[in-house]
Amino acid sequence: MEHVTKIEGDASISVKVENDKVTDVKFQTVEYKRFFTEAMKGKSIMAIPAHLARICGTCSNAHIMAAIEACEDALGLTPTEQTDVLRALTMHGLIIRDHALHLYLFSLPDVYGKDAFLDLDESIPEEHQILHDGFDIKGSGNFLATLIAGRSVHAQYPTVGGFLHFPDKAGIDEAVAKLTAVRPAALRLIKIFQDQPFHFDRKTNYQALVPDGNFGYIKGAIRTSRGEMFPEKEYRNLLEHVVLPYSQASAYQYKGEGYFVGALARINIAKDKLHPKTKASIPDTLALFPSTDVFHNNLAQAIEILHSIDEAIDILTTRTFMPEPLVKMAARDAVGVGVVEAPRGTLYHKVVLGADGKIKEGEVIVPTGQNQINIEQDIGRLIEQKLAEGMEKEKMPAEMEKLIRAYDPCMSCAAHFLKVKWA
Amino acid sequence: MEQNTKKIAIGWFSFSCCEDSTIVFTELLNDHWQEWKQLFDFRHARVLKSYNIMDAFDIAFIEGALASPEHVEKLKDIRSRSKKLVAIGACAVTGLPAGQRANFTEGQKAEIQFLVDRFGALPKVLTVKEVVPVDAEIPGCPMDTKKFLEAVTALVAELRPDLAPKA
Repeated sequence: MEHVTKIEGDASISVKVENDKVTDVKFQTVEYKRFFTEAMKGKSIMAIPAHLARICGTCSNAHIMAAIEACEDALGLTPTEQTDVLRALTMHGLIIRDHALHLYLFSLPDVYGKDAFLDLDESIPEEHQILHDGFDIKGSGNFLATLIAGRSVHAQYPTVGGFLHFPDKAGIDEAVAKLTAVRPAALRLIKIFQDQPFHFDRKTNYQALVPDGNFGYIKGAIRTSRGEMFPEKEYRNLLEHVVLPYSQASAYQYKGEGYFVGALARINIAKDKLHPKTKASIPDTLALFPSTDVFHNNLAQAIEILHSIDEAIDILTTRTFMPEPLVKMAARDAVGVGVVEAPRGTLYHKVVLGADGKIKEGEVIVPTGQNQINIEQDIGRLIEQKLAEGMEKEKMPAEMEKLIRAYDPCMSCAAHFLKVKWA
Repeated sequence: MEQNTKKIAIGWFSFSCCEDSTIVFTELLNDHWQEWKQLFDFRHARVLKSYNIMDAFDIAFIEGALASPEHVEKLKDIRSRSKKLVAIGACAVTGLPAGQRANFTEGQKAEIQFLVDRFGALPKVLTVKEVVPVDAEIPGCPMDTKKFLEAVTALVAELRPDLAPKA
């Protein structure tokens, strides 16, 4: 099956079946390598966040945050408290607009038996409401990202050492109004994905960056569902690289097994840290977690939209923002690591900095590579289930796509260049 | 006179790039979806739908640079089906950053060559206009939304004056 639709980027699946048993599954990106980590070499440290943003359009602001963190770590630079807050808001804007894109435009048509979100019928009150909800939620996240970071794609304001621009009162008031207006839509979205009919149970391990304080996407330590905790710097102990000779991407496992990163992992591990208003609004939904249902990744994303709305409103209504200069530090020979929770899961950046301020080399590990092994195993299991149920082969691609969409893979990210050593 | 009730047929295609212009397009939908739903028939747009139809397009939007012989053939095929073809975003218009390996040092080129060979990539990544004639280019990384909207308005006015918004 070539060109899986309604996902980020381009992917294909090949499956080998012998006597109703799946003997091989390859889920692969068909995107060509653009060699971003190779191209880091020799670039000035200040150019790195904007450079790595271009790995992926939709995840770009998460790449910027991870790259800034890695660069600041290498410089030994501690950003101001206000910078931390603006970065948190940048991520809330990203989470709202990116999850809304995935849930409404990619996954919701499956729930309603439609080919496209725009095929929903405006003359039917329920579908009319959903169409408006989808674009309004996406629009509110886009507005927040634009206000705080300059753009929702390849943001220009966040940089190493701080921000280049600060939100004004009128913009903040408008953002609060938009976010407040879409909160009921987020609750309707949660109900849709709580009630939707698809389920696929799979036992696995989960990993996520979890903050000490409130639920968030930038700070903290990496926690696993086995109960382990690793500081960001030790990320290499958590990831075992697996080479996929057939794909332009790489895969990872932990302790010899696949694992899951993304909204489901975050909610499974850290739902107790969600905003109090979020928790108070959806107690029955949160009682479904921890969950081993892959389709609950969609529900977990809807919950994160609500959390990010509540958290962003809280921040924007309780504090002010003042212009402040960038924090600067001299370059040095050092290695820096940045870890953030991108919408699709844990994203790792590493930079090796020289005393001349230039990057010697770097590494980027994306969420989709970490989910790769589970995706392939699950496609195999799904096909065996459907064969046993007597489903015709022609109907299976749609079933595979549905399951893959629940993982919300990003093939643009997956096809960035990782320096692979072939055995 | 018989009125033409057909919508404008749109194809949206991504080649080697980060798909930022596709994402920006989905953000433009937040404000324009009602108008565009009336105006456009999105015949082929993988980001929006599963049942994509490869027939004739009034306007084909091309995002990304061309990285393989298959990309080149596909783009030529799209051109042959399309009245208008618009290159969008930096990779389609300038070839960068998708084709940044062209600027690598000899040492870097040697290091990555086995990967270029393994997947049959072109020796050098191409821009859209290096492969087919283009009717318009929208630069920017991501594409400049103002220029995109201006180009769309102009193309609608040219192709289907009956559908163009009244001044």
